[in-house]
Amino acid sequence: MARKNSINSEISFTYIVKQRKLTLIAALGVTIGISIFIFMNSLTTGFDRKSNESIFKNSPHIRVYKDDNISQPLIKAGTQQAADVIVNPKVIPETNRIVNPQDIADLLRKQPDVKLVTPTVAVSIFYNNGKSQIAGNASGVIIDDADQMFSIQSLMVEGDMESLKTTPNGILLGVGIADKMSAKPGDNISVTSSENVTKVMKVVGLFQTNNSVLDKTKSYINISAAQQLENKNASYVSDINVSVNDFNKAQDYSKRFSHLTGYKAEDWKAANETVVAASRMRTIIITAVSFSILLVAGFGIYNILNMTISQKLNDIAILKAMGFKGKDVIRIFVQQALIIGLMGILIGLGVASLLVWRMAHVFVGGDIGYFPIRFEPWVYLKGSIFGLIITLAAGYIPAKKAANVDPVAIFRK
Amino acid sequence: MEREIMLQADKIGKYFYDPVKFRVLNDISFTVNRGEFVTLVGKSGSGKSTLLYLLSTMDTDYDGSLYIHGEKITGQKQNQLAAIRNEKIGFVFQFHYLLPEFTCLKNVMIPAMRLGKLSRKEIEERAYQKLTLLGLHDQALKPASKLSGGQQQRVAIARALINDPLVIMGDEPTGNLDSKNTQIVFDIFKQLTHELNQTIIAVTHDNDFAEKSDRTIEMQDGKIIAGHT
Repeated sequence: MARKNSINSEISFTYIVKQRKLTLIAALGVTIGISIFIFMNSLTTGFDRKSNESIFKNSPHIRVYKDDNISQPLIKAGTQQAADVIVNPKVIPETNRIVNPQDIADLLRKQPDVKLVTPTVAVSIFYNNGKSQIAGNASGVIIDDADQMFSIQSLMVEGDMESLKTTPNGILLGVGIADKMSAKPGDNISVTSSENVTKVMKVVGLFQTNNSVLDKTKSYINISAAQQLENKNASYVSDINVSVNDFNKAQDYSKRFSHLTGYKAEDWKAANETVVAASRMRTIIITAVSFSILLVAGFGIYNILNMTISQKLNDIAILKAMGFKGKDVIRIFVQQALIIGLMGILIGLGVASLLVWRMAHVFVGGDIGYFPIRFEPWVYLKGSIFGLIITLAAGYIPAKKAANVDPVAIFRK
Repeated sequence: MEREIMLQADKIGKYFYDPVKFRVLNDISFTVNRGEFVTLVGKSGSGKSTLLYLLSTMDTDYDGSLYIHGEKITGQKQNQLAAIRNEKIGFVFQFHYLLPEFTCLKNVMIPAMRLGKLSRKEIEERAYQKLTLLGLHDQALKPASKLSGGQQQRVAIARALINDPLVIMGDEPTGNLDSKNTQIVFDIFKQLTHELNQTIIAVTHDNDFAEKSDRTIEMQDGKIIAGHT
């Protein structure tokens, strides 16, 4: 059987070699299609990574906290005609503390795929700057855990994150706040909480997230200091932050954690809906554009093959007269398309790498720095597979037509 | 001596439907024996080419039945017919000679490679042998398009012979050749039938060519008017 098919391959090869120019043009189409496809998809992946990075500077994968409850109607409607008696529904004045945080944290730690669990006290505070005050919020954290979660160390621009551990009233300030207060490490500032507790804090370091809202409001303090600012004892915890191994599955875990703990567990996607939606839109647009380009490349192959086939009608008729079956004819031309496609894909992979490499060295500045693009093996694989599928389809349609050529009709002309 | 029947047509009829229904072949029955050189003649429109394409198994839309070497061809599937054409029938055409982008040798080899019974080396040897038989040994490696019309037709005959077919069919095999080349092709056909016992059926409108063949079947208006047996 192999021997019989080898003649089909030989015929396709001869056609390709004898029509070098056409073949090259078709392959070039595929090259452009594939390289743009890979480039644009690497771009989305890069953008997504960058946007996730900036989300995780502030949001944990999953945040477990006490959600506000709304009061229930006092009397439920007994029949369909009657209405519920609603008495002024409002938020039930409960504390936002998590009861028995240690047990809940232990419970969460035991869950599969949970990487890190750390209790946090979130405090709304004012940074006092002479007579004016700057509104903001402080996160009372265990600094080592928080560093693992939000990579604070990498954001530090001045001072030392570690000294927060040795300074009970230490504070890490966002650079925006430090600017307004002209505070630098070593300075003392006073902060006031919503519980009207005022504390003098010692600035031990400044950090910069490149998110200006965060930089102008956020600070990190020790969890004990936060508890004091909230006027609470050492068992007070407002949030439990959880890191999981695969942050893309955070939604699945958050549902489970809600059930498990009885508190609200919110994943990062829910907490950053706008950003996630924007990223989804970007992905849709880029995918649509890159697929269209790939499709155009497919039409290139289709056209060239159609042309070849109408030029080779005599050959096809002769081959069929000599006993070539329909599927042999299909094989000859699909193989031709496949070779064109493979050539185009191979060169396209090279061109894509060149584009990605070049763009990765372009400095954009601002929050982004260098263009957020890098080699994504998965995107290369995806591009090659889609390229092959489109090539096959673009080859099969004209080949099928060639297989249906009636030799008698050609000979009788 | 009882002669071996290579091809048998039994009450074959065919209609053309476009532009109007028209009976192009009417109750055609005849047999061809092994080693016979038969020509089909007739005026334009007499149905001789149509008949040849029916015999060649490429046209399957007809009434009646057709047998090649005792095997019933009528009603077989397209793929089976392709296999039969590959193994048992050789073709020589008027215009559509060869695949122009391949060498003469490759052109001759293609049907044998399609058949796939021999190794490539054996096929190449056989192809050289056939080309030598037709006096084209020295042209073997030239592209087919570089040869003269007469030479191309001889390569086509070599190609038709490569699988040792039961029947060779020619559609105006000399229609496009000058008298010298016509004579050469005729001599080859004569040699093949008489010395190698090859069976040949050819459509021609060249009366000289037809007269010198073993038997002439003359057609008119879709009927055989002379040369049934």
